[in-house]
Amino acid sequence: MTYKSVTEILEAIKKKDISATEITKEYLKRIKASDDLNCFITLTEDSALNRAKEIDKDISKNNLKPLSGLPIAQKDIFCTKGVKTSCGSKMLDNFISPYDATVVDKLNEAGTIMLGKTNMDEFAMGSSNETSFYGAVKNPWDYEYVPGGSSGGSASAVAARISPCSTGTDTGGSIRQPASLCGICGLKPTYGRVSRFGMIAFASSLDQAGLFTTDALDAAVLLKEISGHDPKDSTSSTVEVPNYHDYCINSDKKNFTVGIPEEFVNDLNDDVKNSFYESVKILENIGCKIKTINLKHTGLGVSAYQVVAPAECSSNLSRFDGVRYGHRSKKSESLESLYRESRSEGFGKEVKRRILVGTYALSAGYYDAYYLKAQKVRNLIAQDFSQAFEKVDLILGPTTPDKAFKIGEKMNDPIAMYLSDVYTVSTNLAGLPAMSIPMGFKEGMPLGLQIIGNHFDEKDILKLSYLYQKETDWHVQEPGA
Amino acid sequence: MYRNRGLSMWETVIGLEIHVQLATDSKLFSSSSTNFGSEQNTQASIIDLAMPGVLPVLNKKAVDMAIMFGLAVDAKIADKSIFARKNYFYPDLPKGYQISQYELPVVYDGKLEINVEGKSKTVGITRAHLEEDAGKSIHDLFDGESAIDLNRAGTPLIEIVSEPDMRSAKEAVTYLKKIHSIVKSLGISDGNMEEGSFRCDANISLRKPGEDFGIRAEIKNINSFRFVENAINYEIGRQQDILESGGEVNQETRLYDPKKDETRPMRSKEEANDYRYFPDPDLLPVEITEKQISEIKKSLPELPDAKKERFIVEYGLKNDDAEILSSSLDLSEYFEKASSNVSSKFQLLANFILSEVVGLSNKHSLDISKAPVSSEEVAKLVTYVSDEKISIKQAKEVLNESWQNKTDVDEIIKSKNIEQISNIDLLSDEAKKILEKHPKEVQDYKNGKDKLMGFFVGQVMKETQGKANPKALNQILNKLLKGE
Repeated sequence: MTYKSVTEILEAIKKKDISATEITKEYLKRIKASDDLNCFITLTEDSALNRAKEIDKDISKNNLKPLSGLPIAQKDIFCTKGVKTSCGSKMLDNFISPYDATVVDKLNEAGTIMLGKTNMDEFAMGSSNETSFYGAVKNPWDYEYVPGGSSGGSASAVAARISPCSTGTDTGGSIRQPASLCGICGLKPTYGRVSRFGMIAFASSLDQAGLFTTDALDAAVLLKEISGHDPKDSTSSTVEVPNYHDYCINSDKKNFTVGIPEEFVNDLNDDVKNSFYESVKILENIGCKIKTINLKHTGLGVSAYQVVAPAECSSNLSRFDGVRYGHRSKKSESLESLYRESRSEGFGKEVKRRILVGTYALSAGYYDAYYLKAQKVRNLIAQDFSQAFEKVDLILGPTTPDKAFKIGEKMNDPIAMYLSDVYTVSTNLAGLPAMSIPMGFKEGMPLGLQIIGNHFDEKDILKLSYLYQKETDWHVQEPGA
Repeated sequence: MYRNRGLSMWETVIGLEIHVQLATDSKLFSSSSTNFGSEQNTQASIIDLAMPGVLPVLNKKAVDMAIMFGLAVDAKIADKSIFARKNYFYPDLPKGYQISQYELPVVYDGKLEINVEGKSKTVGITRAHLEEDAGKSIHDLFDGESAIDLNRAGTPLIEIVSEPDMRSAKEAVTYLKKIHSIVKSLGISDGNMEEGSFRCDANISLRKPGEDFGIRAEIKNINSFRFVENAINYEIGRQQDILESGGEVNQETRLYDPKKDETRPMRSKEEANDYRYFPDPDLLPVEITEKQISEIKKSLPELPDAKKERFIVEYGLKNDDAEILSSSLDLSEYFEKASSNVSSKFQLLANFILSEVVGLSNKHSLDISKAPVSSEEVAKLVTYVSDEKISIKQAKEVLNESWQNKTDVDEIIKSKNIEQISNIDLLSDEAKKILEKHPKEVQDYKNGKDKLMGFFVGQVMKETQGKANPKALNQILNKLLKGE
């Protein structure tokens, strides 16, 4: 099978060159052959094949939907009706969701076929996919390396070409960082662009659903389908959803003013720096104007993030109490021990660490010093960006300070782990859209280029990525080729 | 027992927190029904169950109702208010936090005038905020296990917090009743105390007049007006004993046990939760426009104070009676229904309802809306009294009997043959007969023994089996005795 991208697959199905069943079988076969990557927590083979059959029936009646027959992998953070939704945690190892998340619902409506649920850091807390109850996911470029996290399974699967696309969620970089480390495209839309309903909450004011694809056009096609206001999510936006794909293809916009924040490039190692400035040159050749800018509060981003995210998580994860669903300890004898034992057994180390930090940050007497101060920093960071966007259309930088690290390398150093999010967290704090696209390699491992846009300006991020990918071939390189 | 301690050197300081369930069709953050009494857990959606990934969506009707309340107590309405999470673990709190309002409530800085024993005073209302109710834990359904019913989880409440402005249990109950009347008049709550739609926490402390506030105890979840009064009075006595024996009141939460008529400690300040409030990131700030407020203002129904004024003007009632009647929606409805059946004599009707009907309701611990004698029947009795068909004493007896046996008043009057004799000729004949029978007493009366008038009235009453119209009889006897 030679179809490489989402758009190619959709075109082939439309032309009836291949059936939904054939393509689904092909990807299921690939998934099984790459079992050692540990990308999937749950494989939904039977339901995928059944659904493929139905879709083929629809196609034979010329009832074609925008994504008819497209196989997709769902991050196990999205609730899927009748299917285990574990969020990478022992706590939800026995949880079968009674409902579909809005993102899942919309993708189903658009005609996709779910292949399975992908592995992830427990409750999306991690940057390496090593905190999963289901074990670490491997980077297909080198199995000794992490794929990044928290959406490690989704990223690794697309990079390994065992799924043409997948969903992810991004709270501090959980889509862009693994996309960067795996050499694929990872799009985190504007906060509010995509409904959070049915996406298990980590830090509600930062969480945003997004996508992994191999190229920008694919992301454009998928983004249109998952975006839009959801009456079930009060924080979802009513801003109109454009046709991103047509904009990429048809708009003749080229001369973007692109800002490079000094804070993003000052401390880069030579390999990353070289790759980055080669990319900058390509953009200049396309017709972009490059401007040096400042985001002077960027350095405070990780600190603010490490207060806000744990604070919200400490509250969001209170519902996992062993009472109504999820893990219940056999050792529970009293109400208090039911809570204590169930949560002690059900949550892993990193989740416990964040619950404790967050609980502390919200406690009487500490709230002002931590939570409130972090919110103030957050406002300053957002201000930096809005001032920058008065001068530039898009902001550019590396997605991560370095290539992927080895499995086990940073597990005992949480601060070093948190710092791998240094270029990604500030966009979450400001609610901005951003995308990581492949920009080269260091010692055989991929590097990512991050493009940040103004609120709801996903279309220009996608357009610039599309233009860049017309001039480069990083995104078509496959691991093990 | 800590009752009726009489005067003391202590001044009581009381503040109330009232929880009012709002009469919305659906819950505060989900579309589940709020009906009371449905089978357990049939009104709990995935949102009420706090399934992973679900999100709250605000029921705008609840906000409108909170605004209505705010307008009714002369309060300010926040143009922007915030929902916060109040974090604590409890099995009937599925999310592990309650969505409430903390720093910016929707209603703040209101006031309410109350009238106790002829004296009026203003009670400040600090704030009224929206929040969701918890579910219910049931401990006696299964042996050794607790059950949870989440039908109530997420039902909208407003919590109305008063200033510590009340100085006696009477004042507190008067304030509570007036709030009850307001929320019922507004139609924003059914006010049903038995079903928990209207419940109250009382903060009580004692101090010497002029001194700072003393240490307070909070009595939680009292669900009847009488219990509120009893609980406060008990608490006053208890704290007085502690203070007078040189002790210090514990800052703690207590529970009132109506069976034993006492309060008991529930948890101390040290055991109190740190609720770790923070703004709920799942909900946008509630923004309220001037236009929204003015539209709601236009649709407000008549409130107790306006009703009182109307009762004075329209029915010519005495100030105090108008106050009491208008302070309760049930009572004022009962009065107004009855008044449409009496042509005038509204004050007489008011007196009769306030002393007799209310008296019987209290005696039987019944809400006046559930009184077995309808307002129409009471109107009849009052009309008969004003027409001098029966005496006021007879009217009371008929009311009592009708209350007991649920028979029509006309039937009782007929079967007992208790119609009053107001016919002048008939009464004159009876009076003359009695005077002829007692010449000595007539003589004594004429010699100045005025008290004997009572004797003559009594004798005529005896002859007529009490049916003589006392007013007419007095006039006749006077005429006969003095005219001779």
